[in-house]
Amino acid sequence: MHLKYESTLREPLVDGVKDYHQVTEDIISPIEGKPGTLWYVGFFISLALLGFGAFSVFWQIYFGVGVWNLNKTIGWGWDITNFVWWVGIGHAGTLISAILLLFRQGWRTGVNRAAEAMTIFAVMCAGQFPIIHMGRVWMAFFILPYPNTRGPVWVNFNSPLLWDVFAISTYFTVSLLFWYSGLLPDFASVRDRAKTKLRKLLYGIAAFGWTGSTKHWQRHEALSLVLAGLATPLVLSVHTIVSFDFATSVIPGWHTTIFPPYFVAGAIFSGFAMVQTLLIITRKILKLEEYITLGHMEAMNKVIVLTGSVVGCAYLTELFMAWYGANPYEFATFFKYRAAGPLGWSYWIMMTCNVITPQVFWFRKMRRSVAVTFVMSIIVNIGMWFERFVIICTSLYRDYLPSSWSYYRPSWPEVGFYMGTFGLFFTCYFLFAKYFPVIALAEIKSILKTSGENFKEKMVVYEEESAEKFAHDVAHAH
Amino acid sequence: MAVKKFVVGLFDDEAVLFPAVKKVRTAGYKLHDVYTPFPVHGLDHAMGLRETSLHTAGFIYGITGTTTALSFMSWIFNVDWPLNIGGKPHFPLPAFIPITFELTVLFAAVGMVYTFCYLCQLMPFVKKHIFHPRQTDDKFVMVIEVTEKTNAEEVKSFLAAAGAQDINEQKAEAGWWFGRWDKDDEPYLRKIQTTNA
Repeated sequence: MHLKYESTLREPLVDGVKDYHQVTEDIISPIEGKPGTLWYVGFFISLALLGFGAFSVFWQIYFGVGVWNLNKTIGWGWDITNFVWWVGIGHAGTLISAILLLFRQGWRTGVNRAAEAMTIFAVMCAGQFPIIHMGRVWMAFFILPYPNTRGPVWVNFNSPLLWDVFAISTYFTVSLLFWYSGLLPDFASVRDRAKTKLRKLLYGIAAFGWTGSTKHWQRHEALSLVLAGLATPLVLSVHTIVSFDFATSVIPGWHTTIFPPYFVAGAIFSGFAMVQTLLIITRKILKLEEYITLGHMEAMNKVIVLTGSVVGCAYLTELFMAWYGANPYEFATFFKYRAAGPLGWSYWIMMTCNVITPQVFWFRKMRRSVAVTFVMSIIVNIGMWFERFVIICTSLYRDYLPSSWSYYRPSWPEVGFYMGTFGLFFTCYFLFAKYFPVIALAEIKSILKTSGENFKEKMVVYEEESAEKFAHDVAHAH
Repeated sequence: MAVKKFVVGLFDDEAVLFPAVKKVRTAGYKLHDVYTPFPVHGLDHAMGLRETSLHTAGFIYGITGTTTALSFMSWIFNVDWPLNIGGKPHFPLPAFIPITFELTVLFAAVGMVYTFCYLCQLMPFVKKHIFHPRQTDDKFVMVIEVTEKTNAEEVKSFLAAAGAQDINEQKAEAGWWFGRWDKDDEPYLRKIQTTNA
């Protein structure tokens, strides 16, 4: 008998009649088979995009930052927009695996592995933009504080741009460790049932010699819990620090104290949207509908409507403060050049995609519709891209000196670079979906008896007896 | 480590496993380990294992990160190269907080993962004896060590009475060794091969 008892009123997290072995079969057999045609098509499209991105970056490094359409007025354009967008997407993985672990949300077990993978790939994409933007990328190591022959002249620890270096690299490292430590037992499962020598060898290396010893599990649990505890403030700190890049400046439109919570909410919003996009495709192709259920999608859609509304409140607060603050420059930025003016269209795309359309998720029917969720997830990601574009470009293109006012549209190497990161992201994701257990096997097994559909039926017996009797039986079970 | 003899029993269900663990302990057999495909809550207590101190190690690593960050940054700004940055103070504590926090987390996480791998002997190319290939799939594998005081046959019938299936005796390396997982290369097997040749 299980001490953890879940009401039958709660939806099962794993559908269908499953035992532990069936779970292993369902999740590991896609790794053992040959990938389908769709996988190859997707993978090669991603590789082509990656190649084009590499060429665009080569072009920029060869000829210099001048090949981008940035100018004296608009010094940050698509590059930093894309950087913030990718970092934001990278927030959902750690949120799902860390914060929801601390909150004991059982549903995270179905989606956390893929979400964490997405985090890692998204942060890999994000990190490239500031580095390539430096222009002379071969000098990129100057951002690290190391004893040098230039004095030594150190980096400026007061600068939010340097905080970013620490925040992003720490976030990447910790997410990677968290993800990989969770993967060890699952790699061992693949290894122990491997039929071919090569698979046995490779998964044997990847599993680090995991055996499933009780003592090791005890330490593994402790490690996961502490890493979750560390990653929770970390995930909040990373986007806070990214927002400091803007908020500590004195540019109207950036100089706002609301930025940290507003950015974090936006990051979670776009991150969950990207998780939805990926998982809807993954569950379909790998036939994992029984593990990533409509219930999972509904839970994530609830997070999307919540964070979307938080972001909406932040937009309105900004507008209100621009008027109430009585600063003419701030007022002009928001009301003349952001909500109106030559780039005003981007503001209204942002408003529509982020604030208005996600409100459909107040309806249960919409939250549980795969088609609506998929379309919405893409709309939200477009909206969140435009949010960063609006914050960066509409604050810059009309500055204090009307003679330097400018307009901005990207050149092909900027677009190519962005497409290249899509290529990188999806190349990594396709490889992950083929060669890694997409669902955390051990974690699903540990909730199976409380939240699996066939086991929940057995709970009806306990529902009918009194709570005291249940507690007594559990206490004296063994 | 050493080559030892073990009696191995398989369990299908953790509900059968728990009372069996208790019986083995009261009977006084030497419980080598129980291998499970997922963390079974309370099994460590049932087996009488002590709590792990990994949290404490994590705390110490975290504190190390905090002090490293704070002392490094203040040494640079005050001692090594006191640079006047727009007349700002040389010890701007609020501005040091983000990096201090990040390094605390980084040190704690990296340190804990390394400690975890060290304690559990986890590393690429590390090999250990797998008592049953389905111990990482769906079976709970109880392994009892056969010492000179143990009667193996008695343990077998004992395990059968406790609900175990597929009970067998295995001679295996109890520790770890370096090797490839696609090769059957337990150290004691190597020794046998050399004596044969």
